[in-house]
Amino acid sequence: MTELIAFLEPDQAVIGRRPAIIADLARLLPESCLISDARELMPFDTDAFVSYRRMPLAVVLPETTAQVAAVLKYCNDNAIPVVPRGAGTSLSGGAIPQEDAVVIGVSRMNRILEVDYPNRAARVQAGVTNISISQAVDADGFFYAPDPSSQLACTIGGNIGMNSGGAHCLKYGVTTNNLMGVRMVMFDGSIVDIGGKALDSAGYDLLGLICGSEGQLGIVTEATVRLIAKPEGARPVLFGFESSVAAGACVTDIIGAGIIPVAIEFMDKPAIEICEAFAHAGYPMDVEALLIVEVEGSDAEMDAMLERIIAIARTHGVKTIRESQSATEAALIWKGRKSAFGATGRIADYICMDGTVPLGQLSYVLGKTSEIVARYGLRVANVFHAGDGNMHPLILFDANDPEESLKAEMAGNDILKLCVDAGGCLTGEHGVGIEKRDLMRHQYSDADLAQQMRVRAAFDPKWILNPSKVFPLDGRNGGQEGHQSALADAERMAAGTAAAGRTAA
Amino acid sequence: MSAAEILYPETEDDVARIVKEHHAAGQPMEIRGGGTRTGLGRPVQAASALSLAKLAGITNYDPSELVMAARAGTPLSEIEAALAANNQMLTFEPMDHRPLLGADGEPTIGGVFAGNISGPRRLSAGAARDSLLGVRFVNGSGAVVKSGGRVMKNVTGLDLVKLLAGSWGTLGVLCEVIFKVLPRPETAVTIALSGLNDAEAAEAMAAAMAMSVEVSGAAHLPVSVAYRFGDILKSEATTVFRLEGLAPSVEVRAERLVADMRRRGEVSVLDAQVSGELWRDIRDVKPFTFHRTKPVWRVSVAPGAGHQLVAALRLQTGVDAFYDWQGGLVWLQMEAEPEADLIRRYVKALGGGHATLVRADAATRAEVPVFEPQPPALDALARRIKDQFDPGGILNPGRMTATM
Repeated sequence: MTELIAFLEPDQAVIGRRPAIIADLARLLPESCLISDARELMPFDTDAFVSYRRMPLAVVLPETTAQVAAVLKYCNDNAIPVVPRGAGTSLSGGAIPQEDAVVIGVSRMNRILEVDYPNRAARVQAGVTNISISQAVDADGFFYAPDPSSQLACTIGGNIGMNSGGAHCLKYGVTTNNLMGVRMVMFDGSIVDIGGKALDSAGYDLLGLICGSEGQLGIVTEATVRLIAKPEGARPVLFGFESSVAAGACVTDIIGAGIIPVAIEFMDKPAIEICEAFAHAGYPMDVEALLIVEVEGSDAEMDAMLERIIAIARTHGVKTIRESQSATEAALIWKGRKSAFGATGRIADYICMDGTVPLGQLSYVLGKTSEIVARYGLRVANVFHAGDGNMHPLILFDANDPEESLKAEMAGNDILKLCVDAGGCLTGEHGVGIEKRDLMRHQYSDADLAQQMRVRAAFDPKWILNPSKVFPLDGRNGGQEGHQSALADAERMAAGTAAAGRTAA
Repeated sequence: MSAAEILYPETEDDVARIVKEHHAAGQPMEIRGGGTRTGLGRPVQAASALSLAKLAGITNYDPSELVMAARAGTPLSEIEAALAANNQMLTFEPMDHRPLLGADGEPTIGGVFAGNISGPRRLSAGAARDSLLGVRFVNGSGAVVKSGGRVMKNVTGLDLVKLLAGSWGTLGVLCEVIFKVLPRPETAVTIALSGLNDAEAAEAMAAAMAMSVEVSGAAHLPVSVAYRFGDILKSEATTVFRLEGLAPSVEVRAERLVADMRRRGEVSVLDAQVSGELWRDIRDVKPFTFHRTKPVWRVSVAPGAGHQLVAALRLQTGVDAFYDWQGGLVWLQMEAEPEADLIRRYVKALGGGHATLVRADAATRAEVPVFEPQPPALDALARRIKDQFDPGGILNPGRMTATM
């Protein structure tokens, strides 16, 4: 099959040393933490961006930070690429390995280490699933806010790598706004603690830099995250419109009127049909577009807010308004939305785009998206976070048809360029991965990318960490100085100040 | 200190040209916005200064998109006036350092983001860095670089925006900033609880933050500072909670919070206007604006550790204190010496955080590390990052640490 996206050429010398490398890894961590059998490696050959697959050299699933550090140091010393992995739910190929790489998966580091209500913080290992944090503190009236659709499976480590968002980040922000600290293993195996339970940290904002760095700056093994008091109640309301344009304009007016609900989700007709067939959420079938608007608080608060939202919706000719009357009904409404990707996967193969556009451009970009996809003779379903302009067109295709697969990818690229040209960006919450890597120059100049790569090189001088991702494969020599100064530091520390380098308490 | 020569670029190209020349000549520069915070940080040793004062003006503002873009030298007052005209605001409530430092001049939006300057609402709405969506800057080699953009969610490449926020002009010269704005709350009230000691107040604040009432500011003003707020507070220790939002919602939440807090002490409710004055004074550290020769520290710790820090310090030295951010932001005014080692030792012992010497004379700031010294591995990392932005070390040398 033709592949649009290239990987780095695997280093045959590394592949040739495979038996020795596996033997070395076996000395670094318990047998149960090492996977080298070809059949057992297969589940790790891709993530949720399933069009691309590569078998890794080996997979390790460490149980401690020290084991992660030992493996990373070994790989750096021997110039073996490393691909960090959470649950493998990346939609952009962020966790797809390569033939000469060792996958370091954090899924076995899945304990909640500390819950601290007075300071509203939880300290967890990186392999903890997103939802399990909220579940652990639910009975005490708290939750962890970012809620990606994959929250049942995805790990907090992966969330940090991709700066994950979710439906409710309109009010509560994305991962970077809810992350307070990390313990991270650096390229040379040294362990650093950044941030903690204080609201802000000293020096340069390394935490902000690490969040969304797609496993290229180090491997996070622990995180301290913000807990928030649960609202008294939450009420999603369905609004059905005669057209996508009317729904889009309604979103702009709600925000423009100074009302920030917890979430505003958008679904077009194809998405409504797909989700309803799967979840039986009771979505109206006689409308062209649907908004799920969620408000929260006490009944009086929700009534007051909804009254204003409904008044705005009426000015856009809203056809159906349905308030959830019970927690069960509310859960059902969300089930439909959150299963959108899974439900789509039942009827066709799809790729999901993630461009974000300024709110005023929503209707324009929606219209153009339909035109682009139609031009390639394909279908599209739109289901996305409208309140913050984060679009998710799902391009449907048949993966068994190589030509159609290629068309889907090309349509996706055209849509992302459209988002950038409309003043937006390539990816709002899924990350660049391999998927959007070659489009980076559409958004950034060479000077912009060179600056990012120089920073990257300060963390990973040999470019061993997730090397095929994020930055276009050509023109990567911008970070030479970074390589040298990082290597010099590493050598200095290795030469006797190793203890000083390990700042972990 | 005052630089011999001040340069006033009017365009981004001017900035790039000037920096390129200085880079080539190996001449360091002090980077300035409105100059209201030049007294914060280590004194910069540079023969020339680059002022962004003439690189000014709002470049893009569509209120319905909740985003504004402005050149770095735009006065904060101009930004706030434009936002107020559309019933919007900067949600992170930037502090005005002029009263505390006794500085003149006009704060700029670039300066606000370069220092990651936030106020009381940081507790609930995030810091300046959380509102900053995009930047254009000139790095230390004179290259124009952009990062981020004008959309709310963006994970396209490394987030250099966060790095630039709070870098105090040491990584790049900010030329344009793009930031999120939010609707002004329809109304606000403050619930004032009187008579609690610091430990009881910490407990009350944690309890309020655990309730579903969306507190947007939680501060404790011990008796030693309460009288500095004039008629707003009675001269006794007062713990204050701000609630903001739609009027019917605020009413319901205020009732609920009052009912809980009554069990802890005497409660009164301050209306929107008084509430506005009170939080502005807390934001600008009014209690410590009266004796400007005394050193002032800004300490950031876990909210529950703030009062423990102060209790420990009081046994050893003369210190006055009050708390914002649920107790996690401690403002300390020292009677005499800065006592940097003592404070930093206790911060570490209490679970970590950091202390910044916000006010002290230039000689002291040259000697005592103004910003919290970093552990060796992080210090080395910071240095490598600095080298990647400013290889010649010409941007604000010495501002953050003596050797960087």
